[in-house]
Amino acid sequence: MGGSTSSYMPKSRWGKWFDERLPIFRLMNDSFVVYPTPRNLNYLWTTGGILTVCLVAQILTGVVLAMHYQPSDAGAFNSIEHIRRDVNYGWLLRNMHAVGASMFFLAVFVHIFRGLYYGSYKAPREVLWILGVIIMLLMMASAFMGYTLPWGQMSFWGVTVITNLFSALDTIYNGLGTAIVEWLWGGYSVSGVTLNRFFALHYLLPFVLVGVVGLHIWALHVVGQNNPTGIDIKEPSDSVPMHPYATAKDIVGIFAFLIIFAWFVFFVPDYLGHADNYIEANPLVTPPHIVPEWYFLPFYAILRAFTSSFLGIPLGQYAKLCGVVAMFGAVVIIAFAPWLDTSRVRSAKYRPMFKWFFWAFVFTCVALGYLGSKPAEGIYVTAAQIFTLYYFVFFLVVMPVVGLIETPKRLPRSITEDVLSKGKGGGSGSGLPTGATAAPEVR
Amino acid sequence: MKRRFSLACASIAAAAVMAGSVSAEDAGHVSIERQSWPFAGFTGQFDKAQLQRGFQVYKEVCSACHGLKRLAFRNLVQPGGPEFPEDSVKELAATWPNQITDGPNDEGKMFERPPLLSDPIRGPYHNDQEARAAQNGALPPDLSLMAKARDVHRESSWWAHPFLMLGDIAKGYSEGGADYLHALLTGYSEPPADFKLTEGQYYNTAFPGHQISMPPPLSEGSVTYQDGTPATVENYSKDVAAFLSWAADPNLDQRKRMGWQVMLFLIVTTLLLYLGKKRIWANIKH
Repeated sequence: MGGSTSSYMPKSRWGKWFDERLPIFRLMNDSFVVYPTPRNLNYLWTTGGILTVCLVAQILTGVVLAMHYQPSDAGAFNSIEHIRRDVNYGWLLRNMHAVGASMFFLAVFVHIFRGLYYGSYKAPREVLWILGVIIMLLMMASAFMGYTLPWGQMSFWGVTVITNLFSALDTIYNGLGTAIVEWLWGGYSVSGVTLNRFFALHYLLPFVLVGVVGLHIWALHVVGQNNPTGIDIKEPSDSVPMHPYATAKDIVGIFAFLIIFAWFVFFVPDYLGHADNYIEANPLVTPPHIVPEWYFLPFYAILRAFTSSFLGIPLGQYAKLCGVVAMFGAVVIIAFAPWLDTSRVRSAKYRPMFKWFFWAFVFTCVALGYLGSKPAEGIYVTAAQIFTLYYFVFFLVVMPVVGLIETPKRLPRSITEDVLSKGKGGGSGSGLPTGATAAPEVR
Repeated sequence: MKRRFSLACASIAAAAVMAGSVSAEDAGHVSIERQSWPFAGFTGQFDKAQLQRGFQVYKEVCSACHGLKRLAFRNLVQPGGPEFPEDSVKELAATWPNQITDGPNDEGKMFERPPLLSDPIRGPYHNDQEARAAQNGALPPDLSLMAKARDVHRESSWWAHPFLMLGDIAKGYSEGGADYLHALLTGYSEPPADFKLTEGQYYNTAFPGHQISMPPPLSEGSVTYQDGTPATVENYSKDVAAFLSWAADPNLDQRKRMGWQVMLFLIVTTLLLYLGKKRIWANIKH
């Protein structure tokens, strides 16, 4: 990471000795202390730090929970109750881990919407963006398997429904889907065997996640952060050193986020869960409504939008396959955003048309989330089909077409110019002469 | 920018208030009403006297069929619960009608013994099959988690839905289970004329499908309270629902108390960090 341009000077002789053998402190100094960050980053740029906190918190609480958890058909549900009732502060760890998953997704959704709004996926950040999509897929896999572990009714039936999706492949090649499903289950139905392997994977995937997050941050530090204007850093006055500027802002964002986190942990720990998961898994009793966790609801709505027909188009035997392909496609398509978007302007701030389509897309995702929690019948199906259509239209039509026909607003010449022009006419500001702050790192 | 943000906040708040009033009118659609519980919201704590009365109702009525297996007798002593004196709970355990199967003894035989403080509060049946055989095919479920395993489904229009959710989160609402149990226990009535009730079933307004195998368990005067609380079905039902809420969530008091401390710490720290951030950025336009 830019070793040749490093300005790191070890302070002690021991530091110098160590630096010549393993320059890890140089790496940290270059990456997280003097690293230049755009001076105009807003609080949405604290989500990166927030997500790091989430990942670390999930791993720490998860490791301790695993010490008290039994991944077996007979023991799983009882061991969760043992953790809730008898382990010292087990209730706290368990709430933090369960709520933590939701908070992780809340932050990651904001993080992704931010990237879409400010065009953070565009060149040269394509690899960074794709790594982000891989992170989301890994998060989804971890969360899905994690939700199995309490072995309640919703755990059991959620796994049954979702793993069964692969049987749709039978319509392509007879027997293929069934073979995959039985291979996943380790038997002819969801059982303690399934639970056991999911536990092993649930423990493994977060560490894979840590590796990909490392690559994500590496890629970020190679190409540099995007910013609300979407303009690259061009002159020294465009940036400030990461510490103390960006770090001071990050820590405010992190703590503000922790307030929401703690509210759920201490006051509404089960609000984001489902009452049925306090009933032990029973293969003989199917709950009336099988609903996934809230963060999967938009994708679940897309899956179920493909009934025997989609907006009047008959699907016949391929309905299930279409739903499955659309659901996974909804995540995968995000990775293609860098090549689908034809506009050369990054930030939606300067894209008067795209901005509206973006907010319609946000609304669509929320609406799909709502529809995913409703039974798949009547008006809900039609609405889900319309929103599903727009979800894909946003990527496949809006992104390429709007970029061609839209006239973007005039871009500021530099980040500094944008920042300094802010107070003018608005009558706000500290009254300091603006020229005095043009080079903030020289103090 | 800031002004626009606060404007948005204000309009969201206004919409939330409106949504709340609408839902109150719609409540006729759902027969389950929200009750006021001492342990409700982010400030609520269990009322010890109510938990004691609730346990009495469980012991004298519910325990005839239902177990409470995730609770040990010692839990009845611990802080944040009914907090019965240890001696009386020891005596209670020793005279509990449902014995514990232990063993094998030196002759390799299993044997029955009275429970100790550390033993679970067992119901009358050794397994589900025995329960079904005795109850005409119906299974009286264990009540340890009943208050968490049930919830009240709330009908609302799609546009009011997010605001109702935010309102519930802000209030710290998590008493759906208790509301449901109360509605169930007080929900027995004559079926409507056009309702076909199966033989041996009972009509209940709160139960899904309105047909329940459990006969009306509570009747006025069937339990005599020591503290002079009127012996009404309403009181029995509320007390036992409160007790089961504790049984399902025995750390509620501690959890919320810790929550207040954590919130105070986080809010003050966030404020200080924000002031620090302002100071660091004071000379830099951004």
